[in-house]
Order: sequence, then C-alpha cells, then structure tokens
Amino acid sequence: MNRTYELMFIVRPDMTDEDLDKLISTLQAAVPAAGGNVVKIEKMGKRRLAYAVRRFHDGIYVLLVVEGGGPVIHELERRLRVTEPVIKFLTVRIDEEQKRLAKIKALRDARKKVSAQPAAASEETAAPAAETPATV
Amino acid sequence: MADETKAPEQAATERPRSEGRGEGRPGGDRPRFGGRGPGGPPREGAGGRKFFRRKKVCKFCVERIEDINYKDYRLLGQFVAESGKIVPRRLTGVCAPHQHRLSSAIKQARNIALLPFAGRAS
Repeated sequence: MNRTYELMFIVRPDMTDEDLDKLISTLQAAVPAAGGNVVKIEKMGKRRLAYAVRRFHDGIYVLLVVEGGGPVIHELERRLRVTEPVIKFLTVRIDEEQKRLAKIKALRDARKKVSAQPAAASEETAAPAAETPATV
Repeated sequence: MADETKAPEQAATERPRSEGRGEGRPGGDRPRFGGRGPGGPPREGAGGRKFFRRKKVCKFCVERIEDINYKDYRLLGQFVAESGKIVPRRLTGVCAPHQHRLSSAIKQARNIALLPFAGRAS
C-alpha cells in the first residue's frame, strides 16, 4: 500500500531552532521504522495564526511529505499528539490529487503540440468573429 | 468554453439579459473576475435591463488553475467573505466542480489555522 500523505503541523512560536530540528529528526526517524519513507521536509517559518490555538497567536509551520500506508500515519499522528510543543496538525492524502493533476497536465501538453501548427489559421478566423459584435 | 453549459440555467431567471449581451460586448472583456456582482435583486422581471451585469466566469477555468490547495491561503482568501464564510458561487461565478474543490480546500485551511472559522484573521 503506497500512498502519499502530507502532514502539516504547527509548533509553538517560542521554540528554538535546535529544539525544532531535534523534533523533526525524531519524527523523521520514526517513519522508516513504521515502514514508510520521507519525501520532503519543509520548514515554512513563523506565521500569524488565523485564530488563537492554545492561547498562541503565532506558530511555526512545518510540512512533512511521507510515503507509506496507514500504520505510518497512525504512528506519526500519535507522536504529534503526545509532543507537547506541537499545537495543531493536519494530515492530507495527496497521491490521488497528484495523479489527477499529472493527467490534466499531460492532456494539456498533448493538446498544445497538436494546436501548434494550425494556430495561425485559427487566429485569423477567430479575429473577425470577435470584432463584429464590437462594431455593431 | 465552460460557461456555455451554464448559460441555459441563467437564461431562465435572467431572460432580458441574454438579448442585451450582443451589444458592444465582445467576448474579450468578459473574463474579468468581478468578485461579487453589483447588488441587484436576482429577479428583476421586465426591468432587468437597468442593471447591466457582467457575465461572471469561473476564475479557475479562465486562469486554468487546477490545483486548488489548502496551503494557498491567498488564493482561497479571495473566496472567503469578511465574516469568514465561503462566498457562494452564485456571487463569485465559480463553476460547480471548482467550487467543490475550493470549499474543501478552505475547510482544510481553516483546520490548520491558515484561514479563520469566523471573523477576520487576527
């Protein structure tokens, strides 16, 4: 079962960089142990929250992209829940969305190649059609 | 175009406008996203010509944005009212499939405190 998940979590704003790195590395270590692998880790920096969470108005956002099945997510979420500085997290499954986007992109690329040659011809026919309502 | 399919249902309520569309209105200036339409009553009967409404088009279809992601809070913020509510597509002109994705993205963004549930972002 290979699925891609995206975990976004917010840690409290007064956390130091070393502590944050330590927290991220422990999470990272937990992923292969549960049978998955880490695709990407991104620190998105400090941001103002849209509403107060545990009386914090700011938070440091971290994004973690993970491949694997349910047990990996289960373990990561359990860890996030028990980690004190993490104030909020969200898990989203993204593989199906990625698949859909890749399909659309492939379709558009194919269409672009086809329309590359008759583009000049279609422009000529389209231009007078667009002008006529303006002159009336 | 995507809004060709939408035209018949709109024509049912706004019959007088469909005739007025041809005058001085080349297709070129239509795809401007106007946010909310001018606040006229939705049903005006015979007096509908007085309110000249721009035809609304789906921003995501026009700009070909397929990826409606919860992380893109700036984009999502355009479809959230001051009060924090999701703006209905009757006001924004977003097509049904895109509104569906948009609303779920906004709800995800709310959950991770990128957008407010209610009121302005503090």
